Amino acid sequence: MTTNTIAEVKNPILSLNDLSIAYDKNYAVKNVSVEIKKNTVTAIMGPSGCGKSTLLRALNRMHELYENITTEGEALLNGKNIYEMPAIKLRRHMGMVFQRPNPFPTMSIYDNVIAGYKLNGIRTKKVERDEIVERSLRDVALWDEVKDSLFKKGTFLSGGQQQRLCIARALAFSPEVILMDEPTSALDPIATAKIEDLLVKLKEHYTIVLVTHNMSQAARISDYSLFMYLGELVEYGKTKNMFTNPIDPRTEEYLTGKFG
Amino acid sequence: MESIDILKSQDHSSGRLLKDKLVLGAVIVLSLITISPIILIIWKLVVEGYRQISLDFLIENTPDTFEAMTAVANGELIPGGIANGIVGTLLMVILASALAIPIGILTGIYLYENQGSFMANITRDISDILQGVPSIVLGLISYLWIVKHITMGFSALAGSVSLAIMMLPMIVRSTEETLKMIPESLKEAALALGVPYHKVILRVLIPTGFSGLITGILLGISRILGETAPLMLTALGSSMINLDMTKPTSAIPLLIWEFYNDPNMVGLIWSSSLLLMAMILVLNLVSKQIVAKRR
Ligand SMILES: Nc1ncnc2c1ncn2[C@@H]1O[C@H](COP(=O)(O)OP(=O)(O)O)[C@@H](O)[C@H]1O
Ligand SMILES: [Mg+2]
Repeated sequence: MTTNTIAEVKNPILSLNDLSIAYDKNYAVKNVSVEIKKNTVTAIMGPSGCGKSTLLRALNRMHELYENITTEGEALLNGKNIYEMPAIKLRRHMGMVFQRPNPFPTMSIYDNVIAGYKLNGIRTKKVERDEIVERSLRDVALWDEVKDSLFKKGTFLSGGQQQRLCIARALAFSPEVILMDEPTSALDPIATAKIEDLLVKLKEHYTIVLVTHNMSQAARISDYSLFMYLGELVEYGKTKNMFTNPIDPRTEEYLTGKFG
Repeated sequence: MESIDILKSQDHSSGRLLKDKLVLGAVIVLSLITISPIILIIWKLVVEGYRQISLDFLIENTPDTFEAMTAVANGELIPGGIANGIVGTLLMVILASALAIPIGILTGIYLYENQGSFMANITRDISDILQGVPSIVLGLISYLWIVKHITMGFSALAGSVSLAIMMLPMIVRSTEETLKMIPESLKEAALALGVPYHKVILRVLIPTGFSGLITGILLGISRILGETAPLMLTALGSSMINLDMTKPTSAIPLLIWEFYNDPNMVGLIWSSSLLLMAMILVLNLVSKQIVAKRR
């Protein structure tokens, strides 16, 4: 396996060592080794079906929902093997945002933000909760839009607002890493631009791993990029370098739109 | 050539207009045919039954046949009421629900969680078969289990058990179907917040599917409210209010059957049926309301 990796990342927050994931016997992710730097946006790119979602979901072990899946190799969060800690604990350190906004339809905006605490039965004082809700909604630039309707259902919001609400819900736990699987693919360009601005701001406090099949999005907001093809990590490096000077011919072909 | 085509298509569209009208007419006639029995039934029940409806009808026990005969002979209203039936029906329906709802919901969750597993498929098949079993056979089963072996005689408990078996497959089905309608993405959202699986079911799936579950339950209850056959073999009937689960108990449909068999009591059939219909109608309306509200 020849992987073109950048010079070692210092104190990576996430390190994947030879991570392979198979559905039944079919490998969807093959021997991926990557170190992800703290407080960056790292984009995972590649044509549809190349294993981006599978890799991302393996990072908070959501892939374990599928019974036919096997994982080899290791993934470390701050040096600790994520497959050896309880999944429930891991997921509280690794927020996730999905392709389509999925606020809980029975809950108000307020309850959606605080859902991680409520559903887990974590007791908090009211002032604390109010503070978490306000901070999280401010972080996603939604506070001013919804502060007068906190107790309306989250599903009344527009698609872009709902997605920002879902990001706020993930932020409420103050996770270390936020995993996002094509979070803007269901949104219009204006809502997309808002979320992109947001991600750039959020990396001050969080580490973001973003799956996108939108190359210009990756170019606009990511610091590092992974290019995957048929389950393999083809190239990993600073986004700027990869876009201006790709090393692998497959990366170049993809970036110039020859396939994908 | 072209102009002929246009003519043809115009011809076609006016023909379609006529066809549309015919279809609309047929739909109206057919819906009238569909709703007329229910309207006629309610009309008949109201006209024949309203005079007997009073406070006494709700709080007094059934009169004996002699009292009724005298009243009828003097052209008076039949005295007394059907309180023994109302209380018996409530008692048995509540106990049947208390048995069937938790078991049914848990089974429904199990089926939803184990789609395609062998045990789940068998359970689903059995539940479906159970739904098709004639209610009198369920009465017989409860007779053999409860009347013969547990209460050593006809009892409200036996009646409740037969009603619970009837209700069970309906709750199982509606629970599974309701849960299947909930998008997978909500489950994922909760799991991604580190919520343990059982809490995802209790705190996300069940509240999200709440209206579906309630509708299933209310329809199940309205189904067993009017059941007569299994109660004949289990609860038997009683002329007094009975609150002892191990004793024979009356029920509104049982009373209607008894009134039918007693020429002096025939006057009470209509008012009792009216009350039963009203209860079922209210349950149906409430469940419709819940669905509408939740949407
Ligand atoms: N639940 C599943 N069961 C079996 N195969 C799957 C499943 N999910 C994805 N795959 C397969 O794994 C490969 C990678 O899929 P995915 O990670 O969704 O790709 P991407 O997100 O890059 O489009 C694909 O070939 C896909 O068919
Ligand atoms: Mg994907």
